[in-house]
Amino acid sequence: MLETLTTLAQIEVREEGAGATTCQGKNDSFCFDYAIDNLGDYITPTLEHLVLVAISVLVGLFVAIGLAVLSHRRRWLVPVFVGSTGILYTIPSIALFLLLLPVTGRGTTTAVIALTLYNLQIIYRNSVVGLGNVPDSARDAGRGMGMTDRQLLWRVEMPLAVPEIIAGVRIATVSTVAIATLAVFAGAGGLGEVIYNEGIQRDVFKTAIVMGSGIAIAMAISFDAILLVLQRVLSPWRKVRTI
Amino acid sequence: MSAALSVPLASVLDSFGGAIDFILYQRISEQGGDLQVGGLGQIGDLLASQALISLVALLLALLIAMPIGVYLGHRGVGEFAAVAVGNAGRAVPELALIALMVAFVGTGAVNVTIAVMILGIPPILTNSFVGVRQVDRGAVEAARGIGMTELEIIRRVELPLAVPTIMGGVRTGAVNIVATSTIGSLAGVETFGKLILGDAVYGNEGVIAGAIMVALLALTFEFALAGIQRVLTPRGVTLQRQAARATA
Repeated sequence: MLETLTTLAQIEVREEGAGATTCQGKNDSFCFDYAIDNLGDYITPTLEHLVLVAISVLVGLFVAIGLAVLSHRRRWLVPVFVGSTGILYTIPSIALFLLLLPVTGRGTTTAVIALTLYNLQIIYRNSVVGLGNVPDSARDAGRGMGMTDRQLLWRVEMPLAVPEIIAGVRIATVSTVAIATLAVFAGAGGLGEVIYNEGIQRDVFKTAIVMGSGIAIAMAISFDAILLVLQRVLSPWRKVRTI
Repeated sequence: MSAALSVPLASVLDSFGGAIDFILYQRISEQGGDLQVGGLGQIGDLLASQALISLVALLLALLIAMPIGVYLGHRGVGEFAAVAVGNAGRAVPELALIALMVAFVGTGAVNVTIAVMILGIPPILTNSFVGVRQVDRGAVEAARGIGMTELEIIRRVELPLAVPTIMGGVRTGAVNIVATSTIGSLAGVETFGKLILGDAVYGNEGVIAGAIMVALLALTFEFALAGIQRVLTPRGVTLQRQAARATA
């Protein structure tokens, strides 16, 4: 028994000496050396992930604000928009990605559309809440200064709704970073590729799973912090609770 | 988008038609041989298995998260923790959770149910806290004034008034749970993820069929929970909300 152990140990030492990756073959746990040696492999998926998140949040933001403006003076549209985006939000992301495949094909477009639809719902609801929270006194003051409806919206109401809108963007961004890991199933790459293709499908390669998950979680936390700061900077007159 | 428009409608309809066909009728697997796939038998088995895991996980999440959230909300303590849990829950990718579980904990129905439950907890906990916390303090003081015990205040005043908010959390939790249980198939559990991630065996029609079934399952949970919410919400709260909407 002792002899066998020594032999095993020798083989391991030899592998290390030959310059091969030390612990990848064993896959006992997270292999730090392998992760460091192959750090370059994680750059492309990380960038792909960032692009997916950035495009879908920005498009979601613009469309959501457009819808909020549209429904601002037509209150009956609010439940229509909330209801229709809400039903979309109920459909699990992995299902939505694949339901879009016959329509938009495999690739980034499909992933971006699905992610944008989720962001739309979160940001739209927050925009409506933000516009609703504008104090009547501020509106009256604007009217008193002779503002038109449009001026009132863009110079008084929108700026005062910024805290809620940014809060919505913050929630949307953090969720999107997490959901975008599933974009791999729509053929759109991203960190899901590291977790699924490099990890689960390669005999559950632990190092890839930990690296992919770790980068995704770190990205979500970083965005959360950045947007929190942005929220404070853009609306120094008050804090908003994001729940 | 231009790519989307150039796809003929007929081929889209064809894909969904094929998926419905897959749901209704058995066929030989993509790999040939004797393996029969699809049909109401297999779809029913997968549905039963995934619905059971989701339901158990949701009940467990509710049993764990609601008492904690309600207690913290009643005492008015732990706001930072209650909100932080909700935020942290959003940052954890479901794929990462399942993959990490497979890599370091193990596979099987019990593990998947626990992992799936974990993603249901944050929204329920946060919303229970917020729902109870935002109950009008005047109502709570009035209840105390007529001699209710703390437990009675929670049960008869705070909980009924917090129903819409708490159920909002339960509904979000249910969506998380159905979504995550789908990829539970990566951990050796029978769910629609098996079809969705198995195009080599089930073909594209099987993949779309799986996606359709997952969407239907999630919508069923959503409508059922919305119905429960309607039954549980006190009439006064409903009227108050309608009045608020009318004046808004």
